Amino acid sequence: MRPKLELLDRTLVNRILGEALELLDTVGTKVGSAEALDLLHSAGARVEGDTARLSTSLIRRILDSVPHDFYLYGRSGEAAVHYGGDDVHFDPGSSCLNILDSESQQPRPATAADLVRMVQVTEVLPQFAAQATAIVCSDVPSQIGDWYRLLLVLWYSNKPIVTGAFSAPTLQVMIDLLAADAGGVDELRQRPRAAFDVCPSPPLNWSEFAAQNIVQLARANVPAEIVSMPLAGATAPVTLAGAIVQHAAECLAGITIHQLANPGAPIVWGGAPAIFDMSTGNTPMGAIETAMLNLGCAQIGKSLGLPTHGYLVASDGRQIDAQAGMESGDSALLGALAGINMVSGAGMLDFLACQSIEKLVIDAEAIASAQRLICGIEARTPSLAVDSFAQTGLHGDFLKLKETRALFRKEQHFPSAVIDRRAEPATADILTRARERVADLLGTYQKPAISQARAEAILQVVSRAAKLDYLPGIELLSPSHA
Amino acid sequence: MDGNFAAMRQSIIDGAPENASALASLALAQGHHPLEVIDNGFVPGMAEVGQLFAKHQMFLPDMLAAAEAMKAAMAVLEPALKRQGEERPFAGTVILGTTKGDIHEIGKTLVGTLLTANGFKVYDLGVDVSGDQFAGKAREWNADIVGVSALLTTTMRGQKGVVEALERAELRPSVKIIVGGAPVTQRWAEEIGADGYAKDAISAVALVKSLLEHKLTPAAVTL
Repeated sequence: MRPKLELLDRTLVNRILGEALELLDTVGTKVGSAEALDLLHSAGARVEGDTARLSTSLIRRILDSVPHDFYLYGRSGEAAVHYGGDDVHFDPGSSCLNILDSESQQPRPATAADLVRMVQVTEVLPQFAAQATAIVCSDVPSQIGDWYRLLLVLWYSNKPIVTGAFSAPTLQVMIDLLAADAGGVDELRQRPRAAFDVCPSPPLNWSEFAAQNIVQLARANVPAEIVSMPLAGATAPVTLAGAIVQHAAECLAGITIHQLANPGAPIVWGGAPAIFDMSTGNTPMGAIETAMLNLGCAQIGKSLGLPTHGYLVASDGRQIDAQAGMESGDSALLGALAGINMVSGAGMLDFLACQSIEKLVIDAEAIASAQRLICGIEARTPSLAVDSFAQTGLHGDFLKLKETRALFRKEQHFPSAVIDRRAEPATADILTRARERVADLLGTYQKPAISQARAEAILQVVSRAAKLDYLPGIELLSPSHA
Repeated sequence: MDGNFAAMRQSIIDGAPENASALASLALAQGHHPLEVIDNGFVPGMAEVGQLFAKHQMFLPDMLAAAEAMKAAMAVLEPALKRQGEERPFAGTVILGTTKGDIHEIGKTLVGTLLTANGFKVYDLGVDVSGDQFAGKAREWNADIVGVSALLTTTMRGQKGVVEALERAELRPSVKIIVGGAPVTQRWAEEIGADGYAKDAISAVALVKSLLEHKLTPAAVTL
């Protein structure tokens, strides 16, 4: 039995969906893009100014065309991440401005070199099925900051990617980069390597950029991942159930625009919901209620048969300590138990303001435990214990049994040396062990083999998009392409 | 023959007793000297298993399977040696047991299995063994090492009793005492006057080897 956790009973699921549909029908959603408003209007939505009201029958009809699952593909075209069902994948947190310096353990603006290291470590860790464009590089001009992250990830990784654009023109550059990487626009349509986060503004506002973004992604047939971010008590109702209603309404509105632009294009019911901390005004990502919101939102998406995403495995502490371990480990377990298809957030600290490569490798251990947990307890042998006893009697030497040797690797997960479980007590603290692990992983990293033609196609997109004297991160390690 | 040495080594790493046994018989049929086969074929396999274990690429069940394969090979090769009027030069003689009042034996049995696989002569006295029994057998079998296991805080005191019993029997100059078990520490070993402590079965083999360094023969390998 695959263990599974649901926080909402059927009655509450129906009430939440019912109110979300009612909200879209009565209050409606703001839509900042004229093109998106036209699409909605043509489909029968009632448009007044920048507000569109969507009937339940329109949304029901739209939901019929949404794919219930799709794949992201690796560089060589292999299906690598399955969005759908209860499959669970993890990727690092995204778009962080600061990094916890490995040496000083103080936050500082992150650079291209930091992102390259992050990508290399993520590439080697099997716990991460996908890369994230995890860092906004402070040494790269901000107007090209979004696509430059994607360029570095494409350059240093073979894995699928969770990314996102910061503006409409740069989204096209990112799609062009992915097409160059895939070997053409059609190849990209058929085997997309990246999903793009698209963020409506709470409450119920599909801004001009967000709405255009989702239309553009639909038309390119590149998966869109809605990241709805209700803040319970501030930009969303204070109750968890109320915030989940808002999340559902924002997702349903986004899906409607998306499917009208290209019926059948892949889209993810995702989000980064959080509570609003009434004592500080912060948005604690490590709070248990934030995890509960993520689980509740995902369950609503699942009830509609849609692929899901959530934002977990992050901590609000500023350093690598027990709080970081507890918050990240707890939410990794919860995300896995909820069967969320893509769980983003690993490595993050300080209310998503800071990434840490050391935390990323520690989080990978929590993720591995969560992955073991959802494999569940299986009946692997025809007789559970009686046959073993028939061989050993009451001597207790199960260690020598053939089935022990045949099955222990399936039954037991072996953590890396980040976890202090060796016979001899670890002499180094967890930060030191994590630093050593990072060094080990970087030692085993191998740069992907990108064909000359693909590399040139990628660099052509780059030179069309911006005049750069040098390419940070790439110049660093591959001067021939500078 | 080099190919067969490699296959023997692999049979140990694979933990495949049938292969090890068949390869040992084949080598004898081809006229190889049993000691040559042991030292060049099977012992290197055990050494590699130890290294893989230390690197966390092999685990205890793999180690035990390797020891079973070693045992299967030796069951063919040792009688052949005897028929030639020879004996395998053991790396040393070790007596193992669990202290009086303690009936846990998994750790000690593991140590015995690994020591045997690494070329030591091992006598396992079992569980609930008194200090005087250890001393008596150490004299009888001319032991180099006495290894005393205790799995409980209440019975680890018995390890001190074994040290005292060997002192009374005036065996201490020639017999080294090593201790182990869940509650046991290096500090406890020093406190009771034992010669060494090992945290697990693998380090116990290394400890025994280092204590007997002057007696090492080619049959013993470095883990």
